[in-house]
Amino acid sequence: MKFTKTLVAMAIASTLALTGCSSDEEKDASLTDGSLNGGMNDASVSGLGDGSGMNGGGRFGANGKYGARGANGLPPEFSDPNNPLSKRTIYFMLDSSQVQQDFVPVIAAHARYLLANPSQHIVLEGNGDERGSREYNIALGEQRSKTVAGMLKAQGVSESQLGIVSYGEEKPVAMGHDESSWELNRRVELAY
Amino acid sequence: MNLFKKLVLAFAIGACFAPTVNAEMSIEITEGIESAMPIAIVPFASQGASLDVSSVVDSDLTRSGYFKTLSPQNMPAKPTSADGINFPSWQSIGQNYIVIGRVQPNGSAYNVEFQLFDVSNGSQLLGYRMTSSANDLRKTAHHISDMIYEKLLGKKGVFSGRIAYITSTRQGTQSNHKLIVADADGANAQAIATSIEPLMSPAWSPDAKRIAYVSFEYKTASVITQTLATGQRERVAEFPGINGAPAWSPDGSKLAVTLSKDGSPDIYILDLGSRNVTKLTKNRAIDTEPTWSPDGRNIVFTSDRGGKPQLYSVPVQGGEEKRITFSGSYNARASFSPDGKFITMVHGNGGDYRIGVMEVNSKSISVLTSGPLDESPSFAPNSDMVLYASRKGNTGYLSAVSINGRMQQRLVFDSSEVREPAWSPK
Repeated sequence: MKFTKTLVAMAIASTLALTGCSSDEEKDASLTDGSLNGGMNDASVSGLGDGSGMNGGGRFGANGKYGARGANGLPPEFSDPNNPLSKRTIYFMLDSSQVQQDFVPVIAAHARYLLANPSQHIVLEGNGDERGSREYNIALGEQRSKTVAGMLKAQGVSESQLGIVSYGEEKPVAMGHDESSWELNRRVELAY
Repeated sequence: MNLFKKLVLAFAIGACFAPTVNAEMSIEITEGIESAMPIAIVPFASQGASLDVSSVVDSDLTRSGYFKTLSPQNMPAKPTSADGINFPSWQSIGQNYIVIGRVQPNGSAYNVEFQLFDVSNGSQLLGYRMTSSANDLRKTAHHISDMIYEKLLGKKGVFSGRIAYITSTRQGTQSNHKLIVADADGANAQAIATSIEPLMSPAWSPDAKRIAYVSFEYKTASVITQTLATGQRERVAEFPGINGAPAWSPDGSKLAVTLSKDGSPDIYILDLGSRNVTKLTKNRAIDTEPTWSPDGRNIVFTSDRGGKPQLYSVPVQGGEEKRITFSGSYNARASFSPDGKFITMVHGNGGDYRIGVMEVNSKSISVLTSGPLDESPSFAPNSDMVLYASRKGNTGYLSAVSINGRMQQRLVFDSSEVREPAWSPK
């Protein structure tokens, strides 16, 4: 019996120009140079070695939480707890993408702000709890984002101001495994 | 049933094999069968080899749950050649089979020989000699385990296979996600991709040379294919919205994927050569998690068009979309057995999620696990075991269960979240 030796090959493109960066400017750069077909600008991955030559792997993606970026640059009403704009997370019931009544005024306040600030762009990040299968939860998270987007558009917000992404159950904010955590994780974050 | 309960085999994942993965993994057999076959793996005569080949074989066979190996300290002798075996002395202590072997240097490589004997009549059932590089000794040991397993049980062993899985470690507010490929026993774990954004849904190509997965490295989802030997990656789907749930066609030329570029998530067929996508399902509900039947004719997928997620089947060329699951309020994330006879899925009832196996012909579902948060089942290449992710308290595990439910083992990781295991098809 012969064993073909696994090829040890390493494709580490530029090691992580981005690892460790934290300024918004640099993060934005990572979003624009995102073409992989051109040869992986900011990503690095590893070939499978046979044990002898494995490199340290790599890391890709930008640092920092995208959803939190720029929050500091927003006007003061966003940090006034009495202003509905201070609420930027919409919570959902299990397996549902219906917006509950409590959050209608919050979405309306954001719609007014976006109408008044047509150059403002936000990303609606849909999320779910850990129960059930992961790709189904991606789909459910997207439905939640689209429900919120639909309500914003119904109030006149331009589609070009809205981005949508679903992280499913991949980005929990509460790490427990019971209803008190799950209800915090079933959410859409309005990321300015 | 609990014959092997709490039998813990620890495999330290050596830093020399995997600088990126320092987690220690152990395997517990939580359910074994009472009829496990007694077999003595006598320590091989070994000159200078860095790996104890016979102990790897011993661990493999024990871990399968089908064998009960004999501890070397309880052996009446440690023969290394056939004429040194006194068969009655092994029979008298209840052994059915005995394995002996030798590992000897041959230039820079090793000659590895082993023989399997039936203790009752002294007949040789297997005898092989192989040449192995020092680096491949572990692989050679797994091949020996596969040969013994197949000879004695009549079905293919899965010790030479590999598994892929995702880990996630949180540091402060940041998470570090890794796509890891390891031997089936957890050894040789290597991170093939690392990101601070989520990685999901690893799927082996039929030739086991590539893995497709979902990455959020560009903040939105894209489907990536990556060649294991070289690390070369291609971003094969990057449409607006969901790019998810990749599943390879049996000939490796296409991926079934979930895209939401036209509205609701639907199943598409992506031709990897031309990169053309063809829409297969057109329902306004959620359609996702496609899997290809091994004959290449049908796609089974999850849809909530009936209100709750259930499995549906559709011809790959398009046609009638038929619901195929009718018991349980939640059936999702289907995966076919390689022999095409079974489909494993996440089977939920009242907020409790377990692994189910459906017989394709009769459509009857057996529940294999106890929940409550079991997910991501995939078959071993011999269609006999299902690997899945589970959780007890705050610890995530990978577990394997035989489709008759009688054998269960748990791969325990000392740190980080571990999930979405996928067994290589070869």
